[in-house]
Amino acid sequence: MKRNVFITTIICFTAIFFCSCGSDKKSPDASGFTYSEDFQNKLLEQCITAEDGSTIEIPEGKFLLKKPLSIDGKKHLTIKGAGAGKSVLSFLHQTEGGEGLLVTNCNDITIQGFTIQDAKGNNLKLLNCDTIAIRDMNSTWTSGSDSTNGDYAYYPVQCKHLLMEQCEASYSSDAGIYVGQTINVTVRNCYAHNNVAGIEIENCINSDVYKCKAENNTGGILVFDTPGLPLHNGRNARIYDNDCISNNGTNFGKVSSMVSTVPPGTGIIVLATDSADLYNNRIFYNKTVGISVICFQLTGKPYNDSLFGPYCNTISIHDNKFDSKAISMPDMSKDMGKLVALGLKGYKDIIVDGSADPKLRDNKGQVPDDYKICIRNNGDIKFANLNFWEVKGESDITDHVDHDLSKFDCEHAGINGNGSN
Amino acid sequence: MSGSSAVTVDTNYKEPFKKLSQYHFFKGDIKQLTPNDRVLPYDLITPLFSDYALKARFVWMPEGTAAKYVKDEVLDFPVGTVLIKNFYFPADFRDLSKGKKIIETRLLIHKPDKWDALTYVWNADQTDADLNIIGDTKSIDWIDKNGNKVHDEYSVPNKNQCKTCHAYNGTLSPIGPKVRNMNHDYSYTDGNANELDRWAAAGYLTGYNKADNIDNKMAKWDDSTTGDINARARAYIDVNCAHCHRKEGMANPTGLYLNFTNQNEASLGILKTPEAAGSGAGNFLYDVIPGKPDESIMPYRMTIDEPGKMMPQIGRKLVHTEGVALIKQWIAGMEQSSTNNKK
Repeated sequence: MKRNVFITTIICFTAIFFCSCGSDKKSPDASGFTYSEDFQNKLLEQCITAEDGSTIEIPEGKFLLKKPLSIDGKKHLTIKGAGAGKSVLSFLHQTEGGEGLLVTNCNDITIQGFTIQDAKGNNLKLLNCDTIAIRDMNSTWTSGSDSTNGDYAYYPVQCKHLLMEQCEASYSSDAGIYVGQTINVTVRNCYAHNNVAGIEIENCINSDVYKCKAENNTGGILVFDTPGLPLHNGRNARIYDNDCISNNGTNFGKVSSMVSTVPPGTGIIVLATDSADLYNNRIFYNKTVGISVICFQLTGKPYNDSLFGPYCNTISIHDNKFDSKAISMPDMSKDMGKLVALGLKGYKDIIVDGSADPKLRDNKGQVPDDYKICIRNNGDIKFANLNFWEVKGESDITDHVDHDLSKFDCEHAGINGNGSN
Repeated sequence: MSGSSAVTVDTNYKEPFKKLSQYHFFKGDIKQLTPNDRVLPYDLITPLFSDYALKARFVWMPEGTAAKYVKDEVLDFPVGTVLIKNFYFPADFRDLSKGKKIIETRLLIHKPDKWDALTYVWNADQTDADLNIIGDTKSIDWIDKNGNKVHDEYSVPNKNQCKTCHAYNGTLSPIGPKVRNMNHDYSYTDGNANELDRWAAAGYLTGYNKADNIDNKMAKWDDSTTGDINARARAYIDVNCAHCHRKEGMANPTGLYLNFTNQNEASLGILKTPEAAGSGAGNFLYDVIPGKPDESIMPYRMTIDEPGKMMPQIGRKLVHTEGVALIKQWIAGMEQSSTNNKK
């Protein structure tokens, strides 16, 4: 007992020492912007009255908008600026509405070539759209890591056939690139940094996230399935060829959000998901855990949804590169971080909680091959299995840990994601 | 000048009328809102809060057409229906004889293929109202019912914003005229009568059976003689929230469903964690904690007036302090059971 207190004290002091890095709050970006009610009203009107098949052009320049833009019910529409670095829309002085740009009920819409920043809610939201391309965009909040920043830089939800590429997302207080309850998702060549979650795929079906960089977030990439949402049982995600680097940022999310449970220093989390393939990723310098595969119960959040499956199954983790050059102690601000730091005695490349749907287990407690967690060809990794299904109470949560990778030496061939290359 | 023109509505328009007067919904001095023939006034038992604006509602349907009775949802209106809603503020809520200012008149017109939403913003002289697509902000001042001066930067919505709330499975739809919110007496020029009876008598409603609908009636949110706290709170959130917060509405992704007919505790927000409330959730964990209104997100978001965090997201600029008090009282009286808390 005494030894634990001693170690805890050392770790806490060390953590405080390393984490007294100071706030990154700064004045919002307001210089060089023009406000013209005439420009605003013209753009607003264009968005409302645009004909199907037309293009709404945003000129080069930095424009302040006080009212949100919205596009609804259009077909084959493009809204484009002169380039993410050249056309900037700032909603810093927004007086009403939940978004910067809200796009609803559109079929075949292209959004490209401009920056949206400092909306009071989410910068860009798409709801119930089919066939979407979002490219060469930047979406951010400019006053630093503030929990009053909007939730999502990009918020496509309940959509179909989404392509996001060459997009940058930063300083979101929930997730930078968030895709929710959407079918057929491709997110590629995107850069998510300084968000709580860099990229989050939640309750989606058929997703590919590849060639992206998630850096300096609290957690790099999240593949979540959560209860209480109309689209159940998110599944079939491929996360490959991404860089998850130094995701050690403070968690500035709101306490009620799912991402508030993510410990700083997290590369990738797979939560309650049926079928995901994580491969060829470079997962470097995340101080707490490289990849974790966990059931919903471990978040400590209650749920009341009879259609929800809280366990992961059919997860394949292979051919990833880890580098954990210990740059600081694992996170101590979140339960999962404390578990890693104290219970598991430090950073791990891969943590599984060993849980599985009890309905799947045979009478020896084994999970059929098709549903297993498979971990192969990741080099010589630091690994821990919490064997959570053996845990009886909080006090013995680390009493069943083992480091035996042989139970996970398998592979899944058939996870196709969104079939992108 | 008193005009004797009949109501003029052509549902095949490509461009709507630029001026409200062109419809001839009102006769005589337009700002008196004296309805023309077959323009029938009505109101709702529990109305939506719109910065304390009063609303003069009317309906018109083409000759020989009628709405069909629907039990729980909006009546099934015929093509050609126009729902008219005039938003106005008395100068002094304590004394309506001191005059009023009409801000906007919103129309929902049932075109052959779908509804169209239009708003007309009144001029300062109150002689007419102009079609407005991109919305507007109006500075308004009044004396409230307690004698306090109130200032409001009132938002006239843009055309797309209409559909934020007026969306049913992605298509534009009326919200207000439901049997349960119309089943009360209205004070007509010829005396009081039940609204639904009057619509039927005017030939505007078919298939309505009064005896079958005695209980198809919501409480008046601020009249405790019309229902207990639960009935009044459910009426309030049905009208103020459930246009979006229902399976068929814009907030479907949240899983929070507040429509009157929903009985599922989890989707009503009891011990439910929010989906994407962001900093609108404050530091609170659940939408509703029975017995703990000051730790519940639902009333909290009603007290905010910042865009992006407030609820409703659009449609108000002011806080409805009386509505907040109602919801808090409702939550305070809820049984504190933990049957829904699964770990």
